[in-house]
Amino acid sequence: MIILDPKRAFRFPIEAKNISPDIFAKKSSKEIAALQMWEGNRKGALGDLFNIKNDSGSPSEEFTIKIEGDASKLRNIGARMSMGHIVVDGDAGMHLGEDMSGGTITVAGNAGSWAGSKMKGGTIEIKGNAGDYIGAPYRGSTKGMNGGKIIIHGNAGYEVGCFMRNGLIQILGDVGLFAGIHMSNGTIFVQGNSEGRAGAQMINGKIVICGHTPVMPTFTIDSIKPKVKVDGEKIEGPFYRFIGDLADNGNGKLFVSKTKNPHLSPYEKYLE
Amino acid sequence: MTELIIKNGFVYDPLNRIDGEKMDISIRDGKIVESVKEKANGINASGMVVMPGGVDIHTHIAGGEVNSGRLLRPEDHVKDVEVKTALTRSGVGYSIPSTFTTGYRYSKMGYTTLMNPSMAPLEARHTHEELADIPMVDKAAYPLLGDWWFSLEHIRDGLIEENAAHIAWMLQATRGYAIKIVNPGGLEAWGFGRNVHSLDDVVPHFNITPREIIRGLCKVNRLLNLPHTIHVHTNNLGKPGNYVTAIETMKCVEDLAQGDKPVIHITHIQFCAFKGSDWSTLSSGAGEISKYVNNHNHVTLDMGQVIFSNTTTMTADGPFQYGLYNITGNKWVNHDVETETSGGIVPFKYKRSSAVHATQWSIGLEIALLIEDPWKILMTTDHPNGGPFTSYPKILAWLMSRAAREITLSKINKRARKKSLLPSIDRELSLYELAIVTRAGQAKALGLKPKGHLGVGADADVAIYNIDPQRLDISKEYKVARKAFKKAAFTIKDGEVVVKDGEIVKPVTGKTYWIDVSTSMPHEINDDIKKKFREYWTVEYENYPLPDSFIHSSFPIPVKAEV
Repeated sequence: MIILDPKRAFRFPIEAKNISPDIFAKKSSKEIAALQMWEGNRKGALGDLFNIKNDSGSPSEEFTIKIEGDASKLRNIGARMSMGHIVVDGDAGMHLGEDMSGGTITVAGNAGSWAGSKMKGGTIEIKGNAGDYIGAPYRGSTKGMNGGKIIIHGNAGYEVGCFMRNGLIQILGDVGLFAGIHMSNGTIFVQGNSEGRAGAQMINGKIVICGHTPVMPTFTIDSIKPKVKVDGEKIEGPFYRFIGDLADNGNGKLFVSKTKNPHLSPYEKYLE
Repeated sequence: MTELIIKNGFVYDPLNRIDGEKMDISIRDGKIVESVKEKANGINASGMVVMPGGVDIHTHIAGGEVNSGRLLRPEDHVKDVEVKTALTRSGVGYSIPSTFTTGYRYSKMGYTTLMNPSMAPLEARHTHEELADIPMVDKAAYPLLGDWWFSLEHIRDGLIEENAAHIAWMLQATRGYAIKIVNPGGLEAWGFGRNVHSLDDVVPHFNITPREIIRGLCKVNRLLNLPHTIHVHTNNLGKPGNYVTAIETMKCVEDLAQGDKPVIHITHIQFCAFKGSDWSTLSSGAGEISKYVNNHNHVTLDMGQVIFSNTTTMTADGPFQYGLYNITGNKWVNHDVETETSGGIVPFKYKRSSAVHATQWSIGLEIALLIEDPWKILMTTDHPNGGPFTSYPKILAWLMSRAAREITLSKINKRARKKSLLPSIDRELSLYELAIVTRAGQAKALGLKPKGHLGVGADADVAIYNIDPQRLDISKEYKVARKAFKKAAFTIKDGEVVVKDGEIVKPVTGKTYWIDVSTSMPHEINDDIKKKFREYWTVEYENYPLPDSFIHSSFPIPVKAEV
């Protein structure tokens, strides 16, 4: 296990895409310390910013990088990683695990926006809150998250799972506007409340909201289901099942808790 | 007084009929001269090809639609980033590079003159501001005048001479170089959600047909003695069966030609050479078009070659772009330039596996190879519509080598391959012919006298490529030649070495050309024109023309009109 201990509190954003098990695994401690990092507009080395400790655990353990302390200024941690673990003790900055295809990232604190952007596989677990555009594509692109799992124990911001094509995003807390906008497949599972407009312009895929939420007028009620399956697990309902977004000829499934959303009861008359 | 001599290169200068002759080129103060002093700085070009600097007759590099395209496509930029160096500025590509990057990348390929082919008159300010920011090259822009209200009215009423005086004013007002016509009549109709579908459809509210617009402006072009012909993007562009429209468009000005001088330039001909009744029956109209062009001398064309790439299409042809949006379902921009013109932008990916795209790829090359006279067909991609200009070396490889074509042919859609005429074409362009389609022919079609050749008095814009014509058989070793065309060994702009080994060594700014027409007939500013500007434009007539101070490195070309 490699432990990175920040030498000081960082003031400027740091380009940290070199902090990845794929890159560390092939290098000696010395080479790791020499890895290039941009801090603001200054080019430096990883060794200038962190004390690097090599804590060799049991040989069977998968390659692990642990960042102790606050990493909220570090961007692109674990970008393109395909194996191993990254553990962040504090907060993590923007673009966490961008384009990753395997391995796990665990954040004890909060994560910034764009976590799991373009990700294809692996798991990101955030114990705190997350920002906006979780699992989204790069700006302008339509290639969003295409596999893997993102679990957020706290709340998440806007446009979670934008252009999502596969995989699972699970939010134990609340979610902002436009969860699952443009999504074409995959699952978004919100255990708290949603601010609304979930599934706007969705073509396909599944969104499950267990808390309170408004539903867009371009969704039509389809049925009431006693439970819904998420990632092989049965979630107890009952749920209203909506189909949409009809404005885009979509066939996405939006499951909304019946008990938490009494304001949606007038829809039931369309089921008779 | 700066002097430079390029020694022992194999010179290809088709306008002066020099075909690979080993000779020296002398340069003094930015011009080609007879000879220079012994002690002049020398470039040893032995074992290399020396050509005039490249000229691009049709490339969308600046203006409203180009910039909207940039805004629309951050995902296009992120994959292609240029870092700042001691000499050059940072920037981004890929399909719509930022201004400085555009200049650098063209210059690295040995290009020195670029023509921006669609400038909405109202956006002339924006266009010229961007042109000023494109370094390394000389440039000019064509104002869009095919749906210009005053022209439509003048032509309808038979007032060709009055219109000529008016267009002379417009060229001055917008600092334009040539008359650009896009989907004549169609853009005006698009303002009402309609389009025109043949040369004889009537344009709503104007009671005029595309045929009359093209003929009228062709006559105006002749009366004004403009160096370039009318520059036409035909009706029905990008629709199956449109090769008929393209041929009719060329035919409709046949009688206006005098001698062998061209009177019409049909641009990106590949997009108007589709045969078949719908997309599933799409085939190539290259045979018919090249047959017509081989038998007539009043027309020049450029290819609009398709490259298999992820690019951004942008034209003033709003209805066409709307159709493209419907096909792709992609994000798009629809732009309405008040009374003047329209515009559309749709990101587009040309795929080898698509029968339509692969057929388009084949059509472009078929036309270029079937037209016997290389002076009539010029190499372009209609950047970025067919693909980014950085792909030019690939096209040159396909033109110079049957083997290169066959390799690509073997990778494309089966149905398209079966229909392609390419396997029946053996022709391979020589370096001399390549020099015609990339510089000499382009400069000649543009009437740009100091460009495209290396004769005494020409601008000292020179490209030197690391190809030894005595040792390298370009048709076999096309990969070496392709690499050489991608990175010029030297690019010389106005007598200064600006690129060495494919890298910028000296950033320079280029000139902006425009045509300053003097007419004996005054341009009448009647109350009707002023009233129209007041009622229908956001800019008053008085503020419409660009002030002189607005154009950086302004270079007017004086022309005397017949009216």
